Amino acid sequence: MKPPSDCDLTETGLPLAPQTGRILLIACGALAREILDLKEANGWSHLDLTCLPAKLHLYPEKITQEVRAAVIKHRDAYDDIFVVYADCGTGGLLAAECEKLGVQMVAGPHCYSFFEGNDRFAAISEDEFTAFYLTDFLVRQFDAFIMKPMGLDRHPELRDMYFGNYKKLVYQAQTDDPALTAKAQTCAETLGLAFERRFTGYGDLETTLRTL
Amino acid sequence: MSDEDEIILADLDDEELVQQMFDDLYDGLREEIEEGVNILIARGWIPYDVLTKALVGGMTIVGADFRDGILFVPEVLLAANAMKGGMAILKPLLAETGAPRVGKMVIGTVKGDIHDIGKNLVSMMMEGAGFEVVDLGINNSVEAYLEAMETEGPDILGMSALLTTTMPYMKVVIDTMIEQGIRDDYIVLVGGAPLNEEFGKAIGADAYCRDAAVAVETAKEWVGRKHNNAKA
Repeated sequence: MKPPSDCDLTETGLPLAPQTGRILLIACGALAREILDLKEANGWSHLDLTCLPAKLHLYPEKITQEVRAAVIKHRDAYDDIFVVYADCGTGGLLAAECEKLGVQMVAGPHCYSFFEGNDRFAAISEDEFTAFYLTDFLVRQFDAFIMKPMGLDRHPELRDMYFGNYKKLVYQAQTDDPALTAKAQTCAETLGLAFERRFTGYGDLETTLRTL
Repeated sequence: MSDEDEIILADLDDEELVQQMFDDLYDGLREEIEEGVNILIARGWIPYDVLTKALVGGMTIVGADFRDGILFVPEVLLAANAMKGGMAILKPLLAETGAPRVGKMVIGTVKGDIHDIGKNLVSMMMEGAGFEVVDLGINNSVEAYLEAMETEGPDILGMSALLTTTMPYMKVVIDTMIEQGIRDDYIVLVGGAPLNEEFGKAIGADAYCRDAAVAVETAKEWVGRKHNNAKA
């Protein structure tokens, strides 16, 4: 199957294919490729996947209502639904809504944390709060998530207002891809930050989905 | 724009110039704002009027359009940068000529958090509204807040956080204030993207402010209430 395009995942998400599994994953579009990889590698045919547009992260206040609508839309067709979002800037509202809906979600504050491993991320965060993180998806979609919405494509002079307090860009690599690493390095240069590549693999995303 | 269309700020009368400064602020034109401020001062405007009528007036429109989803963060930052240029000219003049002081605020981003865009906007708008602002910057420990409150004696403590992981630290600060018996000596306002009204209530803040304009209005209201209570 052809992988979904990053632009589509950002703008529209991933539509649900004809049902084959008994558990539906409602995920952020930024995680679609990773989840599809894990499904294929592990033969998790009991899991179906649909994704909301990754660009919801630009308006985190909309995430909770969109997830809620998706759960309600699909819940009758599946034995169970699992929400593949962390808190993602909802300030606890998504967790509260999931509890109300009776569905589980990924633990942790955001994908940077669960890719790193929530425990490890919490442990290093005190020393690393001046790091700006990018995942594979965000490196590929750097323009869509950073340059354009922050206006840096039109007003590069705003860079230091956004990033002046950051020290380094940590590229959390889910895969080994030299081209992506090179692009991540360019992203760091664009933002005026030191660069560090850290291979995380799928971290807690994999271990969480394994339990389903 | 061709040369023929270029607006010469100095040729505009006061009303037209203020209107033009609103437009220039909206468009984030710092140099034009600085020029406009200098022209108004040269025409004998008192600095406080330049601040409130031209700059704050313009930023109020920017704030309203941001709230209504017409403007976005980059445009607000450009406008803020333009206002900053005007404020830099006005600040020493305001200090010389005096201006009504509404109250005093100590503000800072909480420990573990380096995000200061929202906080800086609040600081600027509070100054524009006549508050004296002591900005502690980013990554503030409870000790830093407490020390500043003791030395500065503000009416208001403002705390900001952008991260879900750092916003609980606000409760640490408020709980420490309660332990020390000083909580009710201050108005505590909190803000930041992942916060909401419920969170503000749950941690014991006086109010959650969703943007800079709301912060100013809330601060005025609470300071007014505090002064009224003091008089009663």
